[in-house]
Amino acid sequence: MKENENMAWYTFKKGITSENPTYVQALGMCPTLAVTTAAINGLGMGLAVTVVLTLSNIIVSLIRKAVPKDIRIPIFITVIATFVTMIDLLMHAYTYDLWKSLGIFIPLIVVNCIILGRAEAFASKNPVHYAALDGLGMGIGFTLSLFLLGSIREILGNGSWMGIHLWNFKMFMFILPPGAFITLGFLAAFFNYLKIKKEEAAKAKAKAAKQAQAQKA
Amino acid sequence: MMELVLIIISAMFVNNFVFSRFLGICPYLGVSKKMDSAVGMGMAVIFVMTVSAAIAWFLDKLLINLGLEFLRTIVFILVIAAFVQFIELFIKKNNPNLYDSLGIYLPLITTNCAILGLVVLNSMLKLNFLGAVFHALGASTGFAMALIIFAAIRERLDLYDIPKPFQDLSIALVTAGLLSMAFMGFQGMVK
Repeated sequence: MKENENMAWYTFKKGITSENPTYVQALGMCPTLAVTTAAINGLGMGLAVTVVLTLSNIIVSLIRKAVPKDIRIPIFITVIATFVTMIDLLMHAYTYDLWKSLGIFIPLIVVNCIILGRAEAFASKNPVHYAALDGLGMGIGFTLSLFLLGSIREILGNGSWMGIHLWNFKMFMFILPPGAFITLGFLAAFFNYLKIKKEEAAKAKAKAAKQAQAQKA
Repeated sequence: MMELVLIIISAMFVNNFVFSRFLGICPYLGVSKKMDSAVGMGMAVIFVMTVSAAIAWFLDKLLINLGLEFLRTIVFILVIAAFVQFIELFIKKNNPNLYDSLGIYLPLITTNCAILGLVVLNSMLKLNFLGAVFHALGASTGFAMALIIFAAIRERLDLYDIPKPFQDLSIALVTAGLLSMAFMGFQGMVK
């Protein structure tokens, strides 16, 4: 039972940390760069993707034994497109301002490689509860990445955070397209740096343990 | 006539798909490591995008007449996927040489958001048939141009000593940012 719990926790957690879709796998770059002009837009986009990803993972996992191998991709795309259409209509009805600022990128969730990628690589091979956890984890990882990027761009470029005015110092470039590329580039380098440091630390620890063992002998 | 020229120029430079609309970033970062593959991908995108824009224009009109606009996303993506599959089979059978150079890029195009993005944009902007096709032509040429410029820069980047955390994805993004800044110079050229 303990092992099962650990497995479930890992399935959920890996999307946020070790297999983060944005900074580690570099998937779904278009919405990441395009909608993060403000923190709230990043959050909204991330949540929409999380919902679609979790639901489509569940359905794909449920039908995984009935789907013929050769035509699985069109079937997955149809499932995803159905959920995206639902989200599109729901957002149009209830969060009109957000729907307007995300614009064309809501229908484009269909071709977001994270969703098809998870359907193909995980949901079509695993039971429902794991598929749901995987979708939720990846979605939350994506949301956090978008929220971080959106926050940085909004604070530096507009002097505000989540629509709250902070100061009058504004670097306009961060709201414009070049700012998106450059901020994401530096964030990716930062997470890469943390990863390299961690690997070096693990290596040093392993080496120390080996030396200690050799001394004992 | 003037209007069509303006549509092409605006889609190619002012609203370049990669640098200002952020469409097709995945292939842009993924296929730009070698010049040859960048050229191949660029050509494949020009072809697929222009033809799918034409097909989708008729489908869009049909859906509007039937009052089924909410099915747009599903219909468009399925048509693009089917069309790409069809071209792949067709080229494989009739022109093996072309297949060798374009073949591997075709399946990647289905999930290229630039194609679906353009089709959705066309339907949002309510362009007429010629406008839609020329918009596709301009946008895809702009995409190919961005891809080829970027591949040329990236081939040179390989020769430099880049700090370890910045290697690969990170330096590519920063380079793209600088390119995008250069393309901002076109802003305001077409109203």
